[in-house]
Amino acid sequence: MGPVLETIIGGLMTGMLYSLVALGFVLIFKASGVFNFAQGAMVLFAALAMARFSEWIPQVTGLQGKLLANALAFVAAMVLMIAVAWLIERFVLAKLVNQEGIALLMATLGVSYFLDGFGQTIFGSSIYKIDVGMPKDPIFLLESTFQGGLLVNQEDLMAAAIAACLVGVLAAFFQYTSTGRALRAVADDHQAAQSIGIPLQRIWVIVWSVAGFVALVAGVIWGSKLGVQFSLSVVALKSLPLVILGGLTSVPGAIVGGLILGVGEKLAEVFIGPLLGGGIEIWFAYVLALVFLLFRPQGLFGEKIIDRV
Amino acid sequence: MIYRENGQFKISYRADQQIFPILQDRVFIVAMLAVAFVVVPAFASDYLFRAILIPFLIFSLAAVGVNILVGYCGQISLGSGAFMAVGAYGAYNFFVRVPGMPLVPALILGGLCATAFGVLFGLPSLRVRGLYLAVATLAAQFFADWMFLRIKWFTHDTPSGSVAVSNLQVLGLSLDSALGKYLFCLTVLVVIALLAKNLVRGAIGREWMAIRDMDVAAAVIGIRPMYAKLSAFAVSSFIIGVAGALWAFIYLGAWEPSAFSVDYSFRLLFMVIIGGLGSIMGSFFGAAFIVVLPIALNRLLPQLANLFGLEMSTAGVAHAELMIFGALIVWFLIVEPHGLAKLWSTAKQKLRLWPFPH
Repeated sequence: MGPVLETIIGGLMTGMLYSLVALGFVLIFKASGVFNFAQGAMVLFAALAMARFSEWIPQVTGLQGKLLANALAFVAAMVLMIAVAWLIERFVLAKLVNQEGIALLMATLGVSYFLDGFGQTIFGSSIYKIDVGMPKDPIFLLESTFQGGLLVNQEDLMAAAIAACLVGVLAAFFQYTSTGRALRAVADDHQAAQSIGIPLQRIWVIVWSVAGFVALVAGVIWGSKLGVQFSLSVVALKSLPLVILGGLTSVPGAIVGGLILGVGEKLAEVFIGPLLGGGIEIWFAYVLALVFLLFRPQGLFGEKIIDRV
Repeated sequence: MIYRENGQFKISYRADQQIFPILQDRVFIVAMLAVAFVVVPAFASDYLFRAILIPFLIFSLAAVGVNILVGYCGQISLGSGAFMAVGAYGAYNFFVRVPGMPLVPALILGGLCATAFGVLFGLPSLRVRGLYLAVATLAAQFFADWMFLRIKWFTHDTPSGSVAVSNLQVLGLSLDSALGKYLFCLTVLVVIALLAKNLVRGAIGREWMAIRDMDVAAAVIGIRPMYAKLSAFAVSSFIIGVAGALWAFIYLGAWEPSAFSVDYSFRLLFMVIIGGLGSIMGSFFGAAFIVVLPIALNRLLPQLANLFGLEMSTAGVAHAELMIFGALIVWFLIVEPHGLAKLWSTAKQKLRLWPFPH
């Protein structure tokens, strides 16, 4: 029983990390109907900014203390992400209003190429480290219940906790603030929202900034786990299936989808993987999502798609 | 005054239904073919063939395939790279394992492998559509990446997974020279593009377009969605598979599983969108744009930097290339969302009236 539980717990925590990236997709899709392929590039860009700023800030200002440097770097990276959000809204989205979904999708792909190139031009392209003081050692839990206890990675545990907090904060932001209410109104119906005086452009900037914030948190967590490098943007491709599994329009869907896929992926890798030659993590999530889609085409929590002629 | 249909009377159904009803179009196409088959081989250098013309031809072929699926049938697919890979490895296995297998049948069999794979991964299109489908087709990409890396049978049990073909010949003629490769790719492209053009203006092409415009309405008027969607997946992945096999056999010669990454799927989709959705001609424009742009940037950027007295490293050039590529694509989508084919048809419309304003 021990190993299975261990795998499940590991899966749940990876799943939480995937949901963190997926949240960015869902937020933007809900508010602007854009399927943002640049989310992966945004994660990479934010992580690069964070890593380099935390190096540069102590050098330039001569400040001591890692915590302070990290905090300042985080704020600076956030400001940068807001600037990116504003630029994207101003120069890409505003010009592409009323275009088909596929043109918008391709535009975000173009943005992702641009961000990849831009980020590596100004921040450099080697592998950087983000050190925010996350504990690295694994710990044992429930040693009395199971023989040998459950091996849990402390870093994963922290990351999952941060992700859960973030989701809670976002949910509260959407539910209880007036900006959040405006965002939900825009998500429901652009025209109706505009007609009662909600400024669409500003809402879009806010949504992209929030997505940038989520990307930054995801980038910091993934970056401190794997190191900041180009392959970070592939994490976004891995979290795509859980977006469609949970439903493109549902925030809880992104979380539940992430948990399902994280657990499924880990269990499959451990128990089916050896039969197939290993490495099936890469496509297992996609195939699982496909099977779900065959039964629920709109995803687990997505809004029901109604066809009218 | 030069380009218009006035005065060209059709006196039979055959004449009325031909591919290019306007005489000037026919003359133009014949002239283009003459240039491609005769003039270009006479003047082009080896570098031009290898670096630009052959990739352009092969990607045009793949773009025609993607355009059938995305542009004509409206099923957004991000699995094109996988279809290319399946075509390449399918053709490779037939070519190597069957003794005395000629090249052309191997290519066709590779295309058929891609067809089977494409239809299998096209099945979700019966339930999901739009962006959900786009993500679902990414499954094909990741599955193919894994399959060719991990299942050694496909790569003929080579330890590193990289495979090579040699001694290619068609009808007894060797394909070693760049010119021979160019002419072979050109012939394949012309034949398949002609077939594709005829398919999309026939009954099946109209079914695809009806499905694209609104699949529920199409089903109501008696078009079978399953047949139409799966046939689009089949035809499109056959063409993409043949293109993949050509890319591997003719252009690369030796390749490994990572040769057909998800980046290919994105680039093919770019070609189709920049060229123009739902236009065979547009596929050629798009392929030319996407193939030539990186090469041009690669050569121009260091010179531009020199002009301003800056030194650019190779990595710097690569990053600047990515930036400019991304920015140009966004710019293009903004100024001409309907693609280069739209400019082409606008130009033709203008020519009809020229030199009069109305």
